[in-house]
Amino acid sequence: MLSNIGIILICLILVLGFIIIYSAHLDLKIKNEIIKKTIYKLSLYQITFTILSFFTLITGFINSDFSIINVYENSHTAKPLFYKIAGTWGNHEGSLLMWINILVLFSYLFLIFSFKHNKEFRLYTLIFQNILIIGFVTFLLLNSNPFSLIYPTPLEGLGLNPILQDPALAIHPPLLYVGFVGCSIYFSAAMASLLSGYDGKFFAQSIKNWVKISWCFQTLGIIVGSIWAYYELGWGGFWFWDPVENASLLPWFSITALMHSLIVLEKRNTLYFWVIILCLLTFILSVTGTFLVRSGILNSVHTFASDPSRGIYILIFLSLMIFSALIIFFSKYKKETYNFNLKSKETFILANNWFMAFFLVTVLTGMLYPIFLDVLTGVKISVGPPFFNIVIIPLVVPFMFFMAIGPKFGWVKSQNKIFSKILFLILVAVVINLFIFTFFGKYSLLSNLIFITSIFLILHSFLDFKKFINNKNKTGLSRIISHLGFGLLVFFIGINHQFSLEEDFNIKVGDIKKINNYKINFENIKIKESKNYKAVIGNFKLTNLKNNLEQYLNPEIRIYSNPETLTYEAAIKTKITSDLYLTMSNVSRSDYYNIKFQNKPFMIWIWISALMIVLGGFTNLTLRKNEN
Amino acid sequence: MLTKKVKNRISFLILVFILSLAVIFFIIKSLSQNILYFSTPTEIKQKDNIVIGKAMRVGGMVKKNSIIISKKNIQFTVTDFKNEILINYAGTVPNLFAEGKGVVVEGKLNDNFFFTADRILAKHDENYMPPGIKKILENNAK
Repeated sequence: MLSNIGIILICLILVLGFIIIYSAHLDLKIKNEIIKKTIYKLSLYQITFTILSFFTLITGFINSDFSIINVYENSHTAKPLFYKIAGTWGNHEGSLLMWINILVLFSYLFLIFSFKHNKEFRLYTLIFQNILIIGFVTFLLLNSNPFSLIYPTPLEGLGLNPILQDPALAIHPPLLYVGFVGCSIYFSAAMASLLSGYDGKFFAQSIKNWVKISWCFQTLGIIVGSIWAYYELGWGGFWFWDPVENASLLPWFSITALMHSLIVLEKRNTLYFWVIILCLLTFILSVTGTFLVRSGILNSVHTFASDPSRGIYILIFLSLMIFSALIIFFSKYKKETYNFNLKSKETFILANNWFMAFFLVTVLTGMLYPIFLDVLTGVKISVGPPFFNIVIIPLVVPFMFFMAIGPKFGWVKSQNKIFSKILFLILVAVVINLFIFTFFGKYSLLSNLIFITSIFLILHSFLDFKKFINNKNKTGLSRIISHLGFGLLVFFIGINHQFSLEEDFNIKVGDIKKINNYKINFENIKIKESKNYKAVIGNFKLTNLKNNLEQYLNPEIRIYSNPETLTYEAAIKTKITSDLYLTMSNVSRSDYYNIKFQNKPFMIWIWISALMIVLGGFTNLTLRKNEN
Repeated sequence: MLTKKVKNRISFLILVFILSLAVIFFIIKSLSQNILYFSTPTEIKQKDNIVIGKAMRVGGMVKKNSIIISKKNIQFTVTDFKNEILINYAGTVPNLFAEGKGVVVEGKLNDNFFFTADRILAKHDENYMPPGIKKILENNAK
């Protein structure tokens, strides 16, 4: 029953996609400034049906309708309601339906909110967006139908992977999807802009809010994913240069570059073709990331059960997208002349783009090289985190320096004498770094440089903020918050990396272990029965020998029944200055428990400063609205 | 004669060219230093050119009844059903690490039969098998 409703709704979306393209095409020939009412209506129907189809699937999950394969494979009656709902997008088919929802939603919202702009441009955008919708809906119907039936109807479902049963992971995919699929709208807009000749600063104005929205959500999605990795995966880190993490970083680099160049296009009406390239690239990278992950070419903790046939479809679709984008781009390409003065804001924004391009190329190389080598020579290799750390971290030093001083320069040509102020701030940063270096511990030259430049960026942002408060002309607040957030992020990651304490050991119940100034007493274990799992809870008494502070840490080993899986839940004690992190595991039911103990300074501040970067983006969105 | 503007532009282009060459060289050099080769126990036994003491990955299945746990470390045998290798590891194990399941270990080879691991990777997928092992199992089954 639900299955039929779902399939009918999806077919309707597909048909409406064709009708919208056709009527938009007819409307293009009419030379006036108003888009026909019917197109609005059709789009409204399309979005209504799309949302309904998604709710149909959610209903299937809530009612545990196991006649639908997707529900059978990913749900279970004993699962809490929250995870039944979250399970809807915790699998390939359901998440593809969510992907289509966002495509259609952005298509409709763009149509409504772009009324100030040229008609031809808007219609072309709608056409390209609907081509994308048709492509993905066809993929859904042919290969990954979330409403496929199973016969006979099973009595019980297989259940959702326990490590996915987590609040952070329930919101992580929707955030990332708004971020990644949101890029589709300016992919379409860029193509439309090339075809309709609606370019320059008007084009920049039409897409800038969409770029900011998707940037905010992408950033937020990546942060939430890292937070999940930190407390769920149990090794105490939050970023691993895992292929899937890399796949999510690629579009982020390109969208960050786009967001910055867009300012140049809007204010100076130049760099148009570069902005177009970034628009196209961002969405292409988003789809490429999805292709690599879903096809099973890249293996990682995040992969859904992979299936090569999915890969082939996405690959064909991707090639068509890139091919048509290239054709349209080069047929319309005209040479632009750039006359940038070295001491201008434009130059520094371009510098940001060079850095982003460098980061992108590095991550892409590290990610694709193993695949190429495997295909060409059959040698299996992997590129470890050291590669990314060695190549990327040194470049962060000049990057942060430019990030601090760039916004100080004016447009076109700047005459300000800011040199003495920079020198002074660097001096202060050096002194602060020297203080940390002598009183807390020694570290390498590179770390010194990282600390100095991040402190420099932080100080610089604080001064900017002071100026902002005193200044009558209220601009740049969002930039100050985001840049300050980035400076703090690098600083706290550096501190965290330098001064973390980590120790692995095996211990029996009742034993005591001493590490530096901590004494760990494994007092006992308890068994707890919960709704969908059984937990073995360890009771560890942790004594800080410096101040005799006693704390209890209770890591768990959870045994989930549907599907039968073990997970290790870390015990994390978060304080303002540091996190205590303890995981417990057990191999083949031996008497020894395997313990990982960590003391990680300023962990919470890493999350706070990362969230500040996003806050900057949202501030910009809300403030700009008031200005207009 | 070249005008000053053209001269400037040429020197700028040369600078960009040299810079990008340096960047590419830098990326490739760090890449080649940080590659982790993946081998199966059989490959380790057959190949004479495997560098002892260089970081690498070994994949296979954890042999039944081979896990020995002591206060300091965990010892187990990784097998591809033809050859096997002894692994010594100190640290936490991932939740899907168990006897008879697939595993990938990262670390250094002491000699052709003994491996010190720094990290164990087991997938968050019950049916995971390390790359290559699946093929070998299929071949062995024939």
